Amino acid sequence: MIDTAGGAPAAVDDPIVFEQLLRLQAAREQRRARMRRTGRQVVVLAVFICLLGVAYSAYKAVGASIDDAQSGWPVIGSILPESDDLKMPPVLDIVSGVFEEPRGTDEPFWSIVGKEAAFTLREAAVGFAIGVMVGLSIAIVLTTSGRLERALVPHVIASQTIPLIAIAPIIVIWGRKSFDFLPFEWQDWMSVSIIATYLTFFPVTINGLRGLQSPRPENLELMDSYAARWVQTLWRLRLPASLPYLFAAFKIAATASVVGAIVGEISAGVKGGLGRRVLLEAQRYTTGPERLYVAVLGAAALGIFVFAVISTIEYGLVGRKGRETVT
Amino acid sequence: MSDAGPDMNDDMSDTGAVDGVQPPAVEIRGASKIFNPGRHNEVKALEDIDLHIDQGDFVTLIGPSGCGKSTLLRLIAALVDASDGTVLVNGKTADAARLDRDYSMVFQRAGLFDWRNVSRNIELPLELMGWKAADRRRRSAEMLELVKLTEFARHHPAELSGGMQQRIAIARAMSFHPQLLLMDEPFGALDEMTREHMQNELLRIWSETQITVVFVTHSIPEAVFLSTKVAVMSPRPGRIAAVIDNGLGPRTDATRDDPAFFSNVTAVRDALRGGH
Repeated sequence: MIDTAGGAPAAVDDPIVFEQLLRLQAAREQRRARMRRTGRQVVVLAVFICLLGVAYSAYKAVGASIDDAQSGWPVIGSILPESDDLKMPPVLDIVSGVFEEPRGTDEPFWSIVGKEAAFTLREAAVGFAIGVMVGLSIAIVLTTSGRLERALVPHVIASQTIPLIAIAPIIVIWGRKSFDFLPFEWQDWMSVSIIATYLTFFPVTINGLRGLQSPRPENLELMDSYAARWVQTLWRLRLPASLPYLFAAFKIAATASVVGAIVGEISAGVKGGLGRRVLLEAQRYTTGPERLYVAVLGAAALGIFVFAVISTIEYGLVGRKGRETVT
Repeated sequence: MSDAGPDMNDDMSDTGAVDGVQPPAVEIRGASKIFNPGRHNEVKALEDIDLHIDQGDFVTLIGPSGCGKSTLLRLIAALVDASDGTVLVNGKTADAARLDRDYSMVFQRAGLFDWRNVSRNIELPLELMGWKAADRRRRSAEMLELVKLTEFARHHPAELSGGMQQRIAIARAMSFHPQLLLMDEPFGALDEMTREHMQNELLRIWSETQITVVFVTHSIPEAVFLSTKVAVMSPRPGRIAAVIDNGLGPRTDATRDDPAFFSNVTAVRDALRGGH
């Protein structure tokens, strides 16, 4: 019954401690397996992108080999997209479009798109941050009472049924006309952030509510037995317990905030972001179809980037402690 | 006194005593509990409970499932309010005792917070009481020594076995030196070997700290091995059928094979059957 005082865990006469050593070994092996999995995922992603390029080129090649006659095919011709170089620029054109300097500029196209992506990222990030704060606040308020939750959740859900495109111009007009009381001058990109917020807060509220209610009854009883105040229970039990739920929501919300920012830019007519670029390249498509593709790829890359940032933070905060992620 | 520092809590004899006379740890008179009164799903969980527990006692509540023993424990903890009767803990109302942190509770599931390491789990109640970090760390180290898990201070609960998690839960419960430990089937989810080991550990901690323990179980040998008194409960509605004095003297592993142990097991079993 007497432990070797402060000794190495190897000197064990306690069966429970001995069992523990076996568990630790298993945990270490699991960690190593996880690392191998991550490496494999990167390879799989690279292969997947290459395969997409190959499939795209193959489809074009098939189309070209039959002399671009698909449009004349019965039934199929009206479904399958035509594959001439205007409608589907070759992969190599798209790649070189990344590095070319568009006419009238002395800057490679990737640099232009990159700056615009940064502009959009700022809108999305501000929108995301506000959305997380608003969404989490609503979730916390709803946690205080089941009656409040039942009364308000339907309205939260209803808020998402309003088309974003419809409310975007209203928000921009409000921004220009009604926010005089703010200590700084309202700019249009801030309206775009509000539009992004509108998409962001929803998953945070819904998942946050689930997460805040996730502690087991006996854990809440434990806090009560310690005479913990409501705020203490929130801060030390409910919020940490909801982190896996929140990060699942953050990943959705972060990509949604990019979508919201791009859509917001387009419908609000804000200059300087990716949304504007996509619109511009669509208008002058015939003179450089590959540039639209590059702009769209840039938007996709931005979405993947914010997703990766959230995932990395999640791994640091939640993942390393051996918790399973909740989807 | 809700934010008392370590010094104020160290004095384990600090009760609501007047003139040096210690009130009983638990005094229940005519308590009953009805859930959902007046509704179609009304349940009479406890009826006319009288129970007296002296300071330093180790009392087990035993009975078939549904006899309300967990509810009775929650009545003492003021996690559930009595529908009728009085529940006094250290001479105060149960809720006043809860707010004064007179007791601590251990549940069947260890209920450790898996985002905190072992040491920080033990510090949780101390944090809630506003202890300074250095004091918390010192006490947490003492508690780890008490449950003999010092080398696991920095591990996370998910890495620990069920028995170890439950030992950490006991360390957490003892961390602020409560006078009363309420345990709700704490070893119910453990295998038989681990369970006996934990019983020995609990008795060692009990004799080292002079704490009062109220222990809910549905295992007769566990009740007889651990406690100084066994309160036998009968179901629907829950009542206390008998309180059996269980003086077996200091326990060792040999106690489990002692004839006196078996005769007390028989006595408890007879009481559970209603004396037939």
